[in-house]
Amino acid sequence: MSHQEIKFYQTGTFTVGNRLLEPDQRSVQASMERTNSLNSGHRACQGCGEALGARYAIDAAMRATGNQLIAANATGCLEVFSTPYPETSWQVPWIHSLFGNTAAVATGIAAAMKIKRQKGDRRDVRVIAQGGDGGTTDIGFGCLSGMWERNDDVLYICYDNEAYMNTGVQRSSATPPAARTATTMPVGPEPGNVFGQGKNVPRIAMAHGIPYVATATVADLRDLEYKVTKAMSVRGARYIHIFVPCPLGWGAASHDTVKLARLAKESGLFPVFEAEYGEVTGVSKIRRPVPVEEYLKPQRRYAHLFGKQPHVETIAKIQAIADANIRRYGLLEAGAH
Amino acid sequence: MDKPFAITLDPGSSLANKTGSWRTFKPVYLDRLPPCNNQCPAGEDIQGWLFHAESGNYEAAWRHLTRDNPFPAIMGRVCYHTCEGACNRGRVDEPVGINSVERFLGDEALKKGWKFAPPAAESGKHVLVVGAGPSGMSAAYQLRRLGHRVTVYEAGPMTGGMMRFGIPKYRLPREVLDAEMQRILDLGVTLKLDTKVDNLLAAMQAGGFDAAFLAVGAHIAKRAFIPAGDSARVLDAVAVLRSMENEDKPMLGRRVVVYGGGNTAIDVARTAKRLGAEPLIVYRRTRDKMPAHDFEVEEALQEGVMVKWLSTIKQAGGADGTSITIEKMELDANGHPQPTGELETLEADTLVLALGQDVDLGLLNGVPGLEIRDGTVQVDRNMMTGYAGIFAGGDMVPAERNVTVAIGHGKKAARNIDAWLRGGSYAPAPKHELAAFEKLNPWYYSDAPKTVRPMLDIIRRQSTFDEVQGGLDESNALFEARRCLSCGNCFECDNCYGVCPDNAVIKLGPGKRFQFNYDYCKGCGVCVSECPCGAIKMVAEDI
Repeated sequence: MSHQEIKFYQTGTFTVGNRLLEPDQRSVQASMERTNSLNSGHRACQGCGEALGARYAIDAAMRATGNQLIAANATGCLEVFSTPYPETSWQVPWIHSLFGNTAAVATGIAAAMKIKRQKGDRRDVRVIAQGGDGGTTDIGFGCLSGMWERNDDVLYICYDNEAYMNTGVQRSSATPPAARTATTMPVGPEPGNVFGQGKNVPRIAMAHGIPYVATATVADLRDLEYKVTKAMSVRGARYIHIFVPCPLGWGAASHDTVKLARLAKESGLFPVFEAEYGEVTGVSKIRRPVPVEEYLKPQRRYAHLFGKQPHVETIAKIQAIADANIRRYGLLEAGAH
Repeated sequence: MDKPFAITLDPGSSLANKTGSWRTFKPVYLDRLPPCNNQCPAGEDIQGWLFHAESGNYEAAWRHLTRDNPFPAIMGRVCYHTCEGACNRGRVDEPVGINSVERFLGDEALKKGWKFAPPAAESGKHVLVVGAGPSGMSAAYQLRRLGHRVTVYEAGPMTGGMMRFGIPKYRLPREVLDAEMQRILDLGVTLKLDTKVDNLLAAMQAGGFDAAFLAVGAHIAKRAFIPAGDSARVLDAVAVLRSMENEDKPMLGRRVVVYGGGNTAIDVARTAKRLGAEPLIVYRRTRDKMPAHDFEVEEALQEGVMVKWLSTIKQAGGADGTSITIEKMELDANGHPQPTGELETLEADTLVLALGQDVDLGLLNGVPGLEIRDGTVQVDRNMMTGYAGIFAGGDMVPAERNVTVAIGHGKKAARNIDAWLRGGSYAPAPKHELAAFEKLNPWYYSDAPKTVRPMLDIIRRQSTFDEVQGGLDESNALFEARRCLSCGNCFECDNCYGVCPDNAVIKLGPGKRFQFNYDYCKGCGVCVSECPCGAIKMVAEDI
């Protein structure tokens, strides 16, 4: 993709920074002056992918806007762990909305900023709305769709950890097939979440024809920062869907957060791409292809697939989803197997 | 204080919430031992000098390298670079071309005229070094840098020892050898050529030496009993190679048979080829059993050297002195060659024996307390012989015989001599744990194939003594240095600083690495998993 152009420096641009890079080639996260928008002391679990993704995204947006930023935040883990009254970890103007209306709240803030500018305020304050997958794909979906179709000047960021983690790991419409949650127990002939349901919100966003839609993961910081920065350079409704592993809800080791995000992308299960006005304009190619088992096995939410009698057919169906993504987005380099 | 409606507490930052108390394991930064450094017989800090070369600071890299080895231009040519065999990058794509970067740094130093810094203070002690080969000169260099007066006695007419008399020009140009030797002498080392020591203790007393380091090498060719006719011309490999350094080149004739399978046999055969002869190597076992390095065998074959595997020489010098008789061998069940009785007669003007070398231990006559075994002097782990104050190294002590080992002996002996002279004993720093491949996260390293050094074209290799292998230039040396994975040693990639979900890593600034903020580190271990080079580990908290 467009950011991997750095001349070979041992790690190229795969790592967060590199002492050999020119300062303007370094990531926001490599900077000693990064804003740390989500500061230390928050109560997220060990190895929280959402806390990491939120700091990556908001720090990048802060740099892109010259710190002229307001964030609206749906109810969910991100809100609960960052802001237990009267403490907050946010170092950015931040407002907590209801679970379902953060897109509408952000729309209102954006409208207010527009009026202020019309009345002579020279500051160009930009607005971000953010929430988890529950607040985005289920509860807040009506407000979000409205924000898109009106093309309101808001960047909405969904941190997708594939279930309602804050309330005890219940299924959301972003929960993948076969995954165990508190409400999709591994019992019966087809254990875990059912196949064939759920919402692909990035594609629904594209169907609204909005200026910018992108997906990203916490395993590729450069790509994530590039997309947030690009989104902030555009006016109108924008949507970024960030894949953030949840050690607690997925039953994964806390140190595997970034690795799982990487495997989700490398297996093809989570396609990383960007789209403008409904058309895909770029995809992150798979660098080291892996079968889906490598991604599934370290997670206890899939443990029932790998017992004494592995669910070979179920694993094959998950592999088929990955293969379909690889075909649909062209995730493999020409010549790769 | 007036608070808004329904608000009873002051708002505050979450920094008051010290989440570090959740932790049961904590990450700690550490330096692990890179496999290249672990492997290097000269004890070079390879990762350490590559780190400087990566940023283009070649002088810093050279100075770091020469702390352990004063001969980078020589070793960048003749070292068998077992470091590259150990290199973790070999598991990713191909090993880092450590040897080629070393040569680049060595050549750069010669080109720019970089000199060694003189010792900070003089110790007042005087050390005798016997032998101006790699081991002796390495020791002389290290001792001089430690502030001792050093005098080197060399029996031959030139410095270099086996590097000059055993390694042909096409592998080591003499101006490179001379320049790196001269740089050590410029440090204030006294050299006495054509000075053979016959009685060590007398020489030490006469010169007022406080200690001695012996590194006379192994220059006496081993012989094997081969029935030979009166007119047979039988030479030994060391003599042939040595005479290449004189005005009169050896008279070898057209058909030259070399008997042996070591590197010296290959060197003689390739030398004969360049003198216009048709060399044939006779070796009693198979190619894979040859002690010579395979790349040298391959280069010799490319140049037109012929080899008879599984053959021994029965008789040299036929009726007219221009033939030899060889016997075919076969390997038995244990892999040992056994004669078959099948004979063959070959044309041969000269037979050169390359069957290994022995040490001339004559200088040790009358030194009490020494232990000589298998023709070598036994030394303790401080490189000291059984006679206090006399140390030895290189080919004359039991060890693998190559230049790199010899240089390592010289360094080690020098440190121990220094400690001994100061009345103490040298305690090497404890070794770090090994940075095995499993400790790395290879995902983060960019794909980059090894840079191949240019080879001289085959016609010139067959007819001239021009150097066979070329060097890297600045651009590809830099590229090659930057292929280093920096195993086990932080190279400031900022990954830990970036991937911490709790901002619990403090970046200290360029060159200062990082520090954990244990007030907030929850011990998730993401930094450990995502550190490319394995420079962080988790340790249990005391709870």
